[in-house]
Amino acid sequence: MSADAMPRPLPLMTGMTEEFYQHCAAGELRFQRCSDCGTWRHVPRELCAACGSFEWAWDLSSGKGRVFTWTVVVRPLHPAFSGQEPYAPVVVEMEEGVRVLARVMDCTPEELEMDMPVEVDFEDAGQGVTLPVFKRTT
Amino acid sequence: MSFLGIQLQASIRAIADAGLSNQDIDGIIPFPNLGTAESFASNLGCRDLRFAATLNIGGASPPASLGTAAMVVTSGAASHVLIPAGWNAYSGFRAAKQVSEQTFAIPGGGIARDFYTPHGLTAPAQWYALIARRHMHEFGTKSEHLGAIAVAMRKHAQLNDNAVMKGREMTIDDYMAAPMITDPYRLFDCCLETDAAAAVVVTSEERARDLKGKPVKILSSASGQPYPADEITGRADIFRTGLSLAAPRAFAKAGLKPADMDFAQIYDCFTFEVLQQIEEAGFCARGEGGEFVEGGRIELGGELPINTHGGLLSEAHVLGMGHITEAVRQLRGDAGARQIEGAALGAVTGWGDFGDGSMAILGN
Repeated sequence: MSADAMPRPLPLMTGMTEEFYQHCAAGELRFQRCSDCGTWRHVPRELCAACGSFEWAWDLSSGKGRVFTWTVVVRPLHPAFSGQEPYAPVVVEMEEGVRVLARVMDCTPEELEMDMPVEVDFEDAGQGVTLPVFKRTT
Repeated sequence: MSFLGIQLQASIRAIADAGLSNQDIDGIIPFPNLGTAESFASNLGCRDLRFAATLNIGGASPPASLGTAAMVVTSGAASHVLIPAGWNAYSGFRAAKQVSEQTFAIPGGGIARDFYTPHGLTAPAQWYALIARRHMHEFGTKSEHLGAIAVAMRKHAQLNDNAVMKGREMTIDDYMAAPMITDPYRLFDCCLETDAAAAVVVTSEERARDLKGKPVKILSSASGQPYPADEITGRADIFRTGLSLAAPRAFAKAGLKPADMDFAQIYDCFTFEVLQQIEEAGFCARGEGGEFVEGGRIELGGELPINTHGGLLSEAHVLGMGHITEAVRQLRGDAGARQIEGAALGAVTGWGDFGDGSMAILGN
């Protein structure tokens, strides 16, 4: 099945998820940060699991992180990704301590290395959605 | 036959095996998203259903449901509790397609939809491969270790007439030569897509004494969840899973330890999850799983035979219920060519969703 037959699945743009991706569309990677104890968090949550506070703000990430782990998809299991193989969803551990799942766009799966420094970039995924992606830190 | 139909076939056999009639069933604990208690009761003719519940923890549900059923019968809330599981994952909506395109059906599915799937991380094999690769990095776990698990399950299936992979032997070379699916998982690291069902009936020890069936005792059951349970990538300790918490509880409740087990039936959705659960359940220390599965230790005749029926990898994907029915057979001495001599105690684990875990300890 070609990618045309099945459009790329996109996030459901609602609530805090929509806010996260709106910041991405503005070219900023922002995570929730507790206004009381300063703990960063991702994915979006209603309150701080460290201290219980409902007070938080979308704070700007340095955008820098390191490769924590990945898998190389050789046989896509969702038709929207057929033809992209091999591709690698990567978990990046950010300087703020949170982890983000995304692709590293400027290297092949074979070039990925554990702890490789990467920095955020953004990709227009269509339908008004911008996804965070990464590139090697130069 | 529908997914409900094959579960009803299994249910009727389990009920008859216990020496009961369909109408005696007054409690039903169906597997998540695979039929309601009402539809089971209506089909079976259960006219006085007094307890119905579903534990929404995916493949961790069956061993956990044993615990729930035990609480139900000891409290008197119901007398004969049916626990069915089964699906048409081959002839119906294929398992891989289902889990990839309907992740919203599980707890955490909304997070997968919003933060994983857009990047092409769409299926359990891919979620768990992230953990497997990190384990390889930190502990030197190798593909050959994962292969040893696949080969052991396949060997056991050769002794099981009910195994889909009976007659299809596999060597470690066959394993290594198979195509990659999602690195480090090759084809034979992944469980089967099959039409399969199984069921058990739980009743009180006192009631079981009066029935013709040969009972097996539920010595303990416990569940656990990783933290956070609904998101897999951000866990401070990526290897700590539901079973890391459930297993110590199950062993403590039963007053037993891992070394007391004559066998373990470990939920084998993928090979690395077996290795991870061996470690997290305490059969060996974390990081030693690779060495543990080598040299036939987990095969029949070894120190801890695992998945003596062939498991999800080589018997059929019965959602973990097959692990329980196999434990029952072993403890009754009914396992035929694959019988572990003198089997008296065994552990059964479940793994579901983003790593929810459960363990039941059974004895004869």
